[in-house]
Amino acid sequence: MSDSIISISGLNKWFGEFHVLRDINLDVASQERIVICGPSGSGKSTLIRCINRLEEHQEGSIIVDGTELSHDIKDIDSIRREVGMVFQQFNLFPHLTVLENCTLAPIWVRKLPREEAETQAMGYLERVRIPDQANKYPGQLSGGQQQRVAIARSLCMHPKIMLFDEPTSALDPEMIKEVLEVMVDLAQSGMTMLVVTHEMGFASQVADRVIFMDDGQIVEENIPSEFFENPRSDRTKLFLGQILSH
Amino acid sequence: MSDTAFHRRQAEMLPSRPAPAGQTGAVGWMRANLFSSPFNILLTLISLFLLWSIIPPAFDWAFFDAEFVGTSRDDCVGGAGACWAWIDQRIDQFVYGFYPAESRWRVNLAVLLLIPALAWVLIEKAPGARYGRWFALFYPVIATLLLVGGLGLEEVTTDKFGGFMLNLVAGLAGIVLSLPIGILLALGRRSKLPVVRVVSVTFIEVIRGVPLITLLFVAIVILNLFLPQNVSLDQLARVMIMVTLFASAYIAEVIRGGLQAIPAGQYEAAQAMGLGYWKMMRLIILPQALKISIPGIVNTFIGLFKDTTLVIIIGLFDILGQARLLQTNPEWIGEVDHETYVLASVFFFVICFSMSRYSIGLEKRLDTSGR
Repeated sequence: MSDSIISISGLNKWFGEFHVLRDINLDVASQERIVICGPSGSGKSTLIRCINRLEEHQEGSIIVDGTELSHDIKDIDSIRREVGMVFQQFNLFPHLTVLENCTLAPIWVRKLPREEAETQAMGYLERVRIPDQANKYPGQLSGGQQQRVAIARSLCMHPKIMLFDEPTSALDPEMIKEVLEVMVDLAQSGMTMLVVTHEMGFASQVADRVIFMDDGQIVEENIPSEFFENPRSDRTKLFLGQILSH
Repeated sequence: MSDTAFHRRQAEMLPSRPAPAGQTGAVGWMRANLFSSPFNILLTLISLFLLWSIIPPAFDWAFFDAEFVGTSRDDCVGGAGACWAWIDQRIDQFVYGFYPAESRWRVNLAVLLLIPALAWVLIEKAPGARYGRWFALFYPVIATLLLVGGLGLEEVTTDKFGGFMLNLVAGLAGIVLSLPIGILLALGRRSKLPVVRVVSVTFIEVIRGVPLITLLFVAIVILNLFLPQNVSLDQLARVMIMVTLFASAYIAEVIRGGLQAIPAGQYEAAQAMGLGYWKMMRLIILPQALKISIPGIVNTFIGLFKDTTLVIIIGLFDILGQARLLQTNPEWIGEVDHETYVLASVFFFVICFSMSRYSIGLEKRLDTSGR
């Protein structure tokens, strides 16, 4: 498939002796939105962290936007420029203001002039609905606001792909909604997204495909309506029963 | 059991009230901190007694019974208080050592230029800071030129350096150089490259594991055995290099502690944006790690500054050396044993206390935690 923006084949990874990813094959088309779920320890976070090389894999190949991930640091950096990532713990830089968080990479990696970077950052902050917080420090914001800044910060690099690693897991219930709204908005704009989340409402609303992982492998993969209504494997049924019933 | 017992409803939200009287303000503070329990009352009384028995006699000695004018020990003999008369006569020696009198304006000028250089580095919003920082960067060159000579200025060899000026020169040079070396060592110790890591660890552990005075003897005596015959390295430079390396090993460990406190997520976020190692360190990791390390770094700086008194082992007379000299000077012998040390202590205390206060202010300025 030449039109896939991410192409993972035969991916295996070990943490020491622990076989954390087992023979993963996954192709993601441009503008596709994929939700990855599964019990904790199933390898879902590790999988998306392999895509921008926060984790190294030992076997198989990952091709992102035509570049294969290897030990070549230049390839890694060029892929990282195209791939934005949003973390569970936000990981904003606490010593920089919200605006500086958003302009840092454009200025230092993309070599954008400061003024241009700031104008662009304000645009994205407006899009995540917090332009009025631009000159505050992350420590002065709520969790939901911080996560929206983190999304804006990634968007400032004009990524082709956005990875979300449990973006709402560290948030209070009342803040989850504001972050999900921003993510839905982003999904509708045509961004390629891989989202590790347990927010099944989000999955059924925007995902093109839902992937269920367990024990380091992809157990089931389907369009959301089929996935939720007719799960095939017992593991999936058990998992869905547990997270939907609570 | 009626089910109303589990029902509760508040008509309106409660407004905030002021704290109860006697818990805030001076009286409240004293009650809470000085007289909260019998033991605390006892401690307070003992402390008051100690203060009362120390401070008035100290003031009597230093000021009320002291002798301020005079030209030799004869003016002080028999006095109950301190003898400060020597200050007026000998202060130049304490400040400049044996620096030639006709060239002392060069030292004054160097100190005068130091003030704006420091201000531009230390005060974030100093006017003209953009050009000022360049001046500060070149200040060491200017100061060296002024103090040592060259470019038409008559040369003054470093064995003429002395007094408090010597402590300042050695201390400042050590402070300015040890921080960058310490940062590189700390990064090296956490490097993924085995060679870099082993070299850093070895350096840090060897330097830290040997007393400074031993290192200084090595630098002065043993280094000659390894250097080529025709190479001569200034004695003062050797001491300064050793003091600097010594401090940088400690600073490296302080900064390593700061680096370890930075969550892995900060590295990951920086890498995920495509920042390379050096940009990530310079823009994201070090600013945070150094901020955490400020107390330890300043602690090391203060230690380094006081270690400059060890220049005495290469026969230079810093401010402590000058104090000893004056104590054995026939003109003042027997009358200035305490006074000279007191003055030297005041010089050191002023500088070290300033460093401490500045660092506290800096910590406050860099605090972005949100309150």
